[in-house]
Amino acid sequence: MHAAHSIASGMGGMRTTGDLVARLQLNKGMRIEQAKQYVADKLKVPVTDLADSVTMGEMREDLNIGVVNEAPGVAKGIDAKFRIAELLDLDINCVDMFKDRVKP
Amino acid sequence: MGKIRTRLGDGSFIELLEEEIYEDLVDGTQDAAQKGRIPPLSEDELRYLLDLYKSKARVVGVDEGHECCLSYDNMTSKIERAHISVSKFQQLQLFERALGADTLELAHIDYSYKQVKHVVIYDKPNMEQAVLLTIPPMLYGAMPNLGLYTYPDGPCPNPGDLLPQGKFDEAKEAYAQAIELAIKDMIFVGSELYEAGADGINFDTTGAAGDAEFYAALKAAETLKAKYPKMGIEMGMAGEFILGMHGEIEYEGVRLAGLYPHDQVKLAQKAGVTIFGPVVNTGTNESLPWNLARSVTFTKACSEASEIPLHANLGMGVGGVPLNIMPPLDALSRASKAHVELCRLDGL
Repeated sequence: MHAAHSIASGMGGMRTTGDLVARLQLNKGMRIEQAKQYVADKLKVPVTDLADSVTMGEMREDLNIGVVNEAPGVAKGIDAKFRIAELLDLDINCVDMFKDRVKP
Repeated sequence: MGKIRTRLGDGSFIELLEEEIYEDLVDGTQDAAQKGRIPPLSEDELRYLLDLYKSKARVVGVDEGHECCLSYDNMTSKIERAHISVSKFQQLQLFERALGADTLELAHIDYSYKQVKHVVIYDKPNMEQAVLLTIPPMLYGAMPNLGLYTYPDGPCPNPGDLLPQGKFDEAKEAYAQAIELAIKDMIFVGSELYEAGADGINFDTTGAAGDAEFYAALKAAETLKAKYPKMGIEMGMAGEFILGMHGEIEYEGVRLAGLYPHDQVKLAQKAGVTIFGPVVNTGTNESLPWNLARSVTFTKACSEASEIPLHANLGMGVGGVPLNIMPPLDALSRASKAHVELCRLDGL
């Protein structure tokens, strides 16, 4: 069922920018058009590219914000989220907590 | 033209003529319009739905540009309950890497806040590790499940026993006690998991026990939002209509009994919810065209009334999806496309 919805209607998560758009929905309460526009502006791409796995896959690689097929040395998990927080100018709870934990 | 193969709400096949499908679409939207006092679908929208059923495509999808974000309920139990031997972390990674998930959700197999309270000390470190491992926004989810607070499962008298005896005041008092305990548990679990790094909390299947449960979830959301202003809060509903089991409970001066999704969302918004999940029940004796037109009518009115993102519930037995543990692709993809495109949905 989840795979079917993802294919029929989903943004594609980390394959594209679905996770970034979802962050704006969940933590800023932005509706889809506004959230997509926000992400597109930050990435400097047209909204129409946001759900494309080729364009966004390359962009994710360039920005080092996490990719599906991880290679050695690329950002994984929390380190990708540090970059996402900066890129989207957004507070991410676990990133803020991590910073607090390692504060001298 | 010959007959078109579609299904009943229980998933079984039926064959209908094109005009019969159109009649069902009209009946479905009229039923929603009458019950919800909302506008029915337009002629163009009904024709759009008819074309979906005339299509012989096994799977359909939204047009480019209409893609939306997906959120889930009880994510880490979906694979667990199929008895596939993978850990919660591995399940989250499967959704993240293999299933195109836009959001993730950590959950306890006994998916109720009351039950989670006892294992929060174990799920908190799970959350702390999960957010180190994964990238998409992470929720922690469970159900308010007010029924667990009454006999024989909980400490409060059971209104279900008291009401048939005509003990209305005692039943209301029992609800008041259960509400207080449920709010406390939701705030406790929500706080603990947010402080473990979650991006948000999901109140899933809200209102299953009626107006008292909806009230408890709204109050918990309100308190959590005041405590953690940056917390994301998703509230998914249990049914299309708030059952008036208590009958007199109000939130912000609005009586909760009898509210349909377009009124539910306004209260959720006031309480601080950031994503709302409307539900429209699937009638198993009616055709899928009837069910889909009805569900789209309710969901569209909800979307138009909402300022926050809507992730409509389109799982088994809701949103025009058949009540079957393995919803068929043809039916599910049609429901998915129709809701997203006609209701301007933000997610599912």
